[in-house]
Amino acid sequence: MSRKTLIPIGPYHPLQEEPELFKLYCDGEIVRDIQWVTGYNHRSIEKLSESKTYEQVFFLVERICGICSTSHPFAFANAVEEIAGIEPTDRAKYIRSIIGELERIHSHLLWVGLAGHFLGYNTVFMWAWKYREPVLDLFEMITGNRNSYAMFRVGGVRRDIETDKIVAIRKILTDVKTKTDLLTGAVMDDPVIHSRLKGVGILTKQDVLDYGAVGPTARASGVAIDVRKDDPYAAYPLVDWKVITAQEGDVFAKAEVRLLEMYESISIIEQCLKGLEKEKEGDILVKVNEIPEGIGNGRAEAPRGEVFHFVMSDGSNSPARHKIRAPSYVNIATFKKSCVGQTIADATITLAGVDPCYCCTERMAVVYDVHSGEKIMNARELIDKSIRRSQDIMEELKKSK
Amino acid sequence: MGTDYIVEKLKDQFKTGILEVIEKNRKRIVITISPASLPDISSYLYKDAGFRFIIASAIHTKRGFEIHYHFSLDSAGLILNLHVILDRNNPEVESLSNMFNASNWIEREMHELFGINFLNHPNQDKLISEGNWAEGVYPYRKEFKSISEEKE
Repeated sequence: MSRKTLIPIGPYHPLQEEPELFKLYCDGEIVRDIQWVTGYNHRSIEKLSESKTYEQVFFLVERICGICSTSHPFAFANAVEEIAGIEPTDRAKYIRSIIGELERIHSHLLWVGLAGHFLGYNTVFMWAWKYREPVLDLFEMITGNRNSYAMFRVGGVRRDIETDKIVAIRKILTDVKTKTDLLTGAVMDDPVIHSRLKGVGILTKQDVLDYGAVGPTARASGVAIDVRKDDPYAAYPLVDWKVITAQEGDVFAKAEVRLLEMYESISIIEQCLKGLEKEKEGDILVKVNEIPEGIGNGRAEAPRGEVFHFVMSDGSNSPARHKIRAPSYVNIATFKKSCVGQTIADATITLAGVDPCYCCTERMAVVYDVHSGEKIMNARELIDKSIRRSQDIMEELKKSK
Repeated sequence: MGTDYIVEKLKDQFKTGILEVIEKNRKRIVITISPASLPDISSYLYKDAGFRFIIASAIHTKRGFEIHYHFSLDSAGLILNLHVILDRNNPEVESLSNMFNASNWIEREMHELFGINFLNHPNQDKLISEGNWAEGVYPYRKEFKSISEEKE
């Protein structure tokens, strides 16, 4: 058996909900196997949910993830409304979709920034995060919070979007659109990004079906699944938009899908705003008396894919069982396919490719030899390795010109 | 492939395995099946009918341990729950992980939190509490009390 080097990424690596540890088993530069360790910070939200009332659970599930903090309440609302047989008003539906799509825009911008950072494009990182700020400001204006918006409740939403706010939203959206053009241009036309991302971390269609991957990770491999289209909820069936897919399955395809999805999101929001203007003075909340006995399967399309909530009610005021499946739970498992055979420098961006909620860019990672236990590399050097590779490609391109 | 077709086909092909079919609406169906028929029905759904495995939810109830296997037919927006009821004292059922990898982690998780045994699972090691949780204590069972609950 050949000597393998173990490269841990983590454990202080907050992907999606929890700090997690990736163990890359490498043969020289090539990753041969990958293992995943988690549970450092298990919060037992499912168990906790059983001790809360339906109204309180919204605040609880909102805190599962900071970036896509509206997708969990969205799916939970869908599940509970399915049990109770409630249909929110059109106005509430439009507001829900607006919040959901604004979140997608800011989440995708965040990802583009981080991907840029890993590749050594810190300008992209700074641009993307700068353009993300106005979207967060919008959230503050609409909901009072830049994050964890507390907008959802059973039967509708908590706050209305008044007509004067619609003007401000339109203005910022136009701005975001021009900046997205700029970013998309910068990413799609850059030869270095092409050679760094194309053919890297390929996930085939079969792998997607096998692992049950969802969201942009699946759509970049040619599997056109999107809950908003397949099992329409909120205002998505009322507006016109299309599902973005790519065929290649590599990291570039994933980036492409996310960038183009932002345009769809902007278009959905614009149509929802028109809908709001039409549905003037409508109620935003349907009165709910009690949640009957039964089960509900609620799902919503988060920026990272399908969020699934299974709620079982025994007729009391709190769930009897609440199962939550976040998209990264299935997407992270695909690393076993996409990372093996890659170099370490490419593994960094492949791990980032499914957008597993990197909250903390400066991670603790130390590389050591499986046999001698000797330290070889630290986190900074690991990222530098990825950045250096981009620089090498740049040099080569310059020479060949 | 429509909802009706799937239900008819399942009833036809797995007569003995299907105990109850509840069609809440066109997009939500719960089919209670015998645990022994789970691998065959799952195989039909995944390989022939083009369903995607979403996740499985285990529940500890008065009847014993129940699992809802959630399958999605994305072309029809359908969620089909395969519902099995397992024995209270010896909960075990065949693993689906040899058919598709999507169920690998969730079966490990259910084994860890509920103590349900998945036969022929490739690796039933602890998934989320490795090294910091007692053996044989299953926190998601109803008899489990947390420290704050015990104080009350």
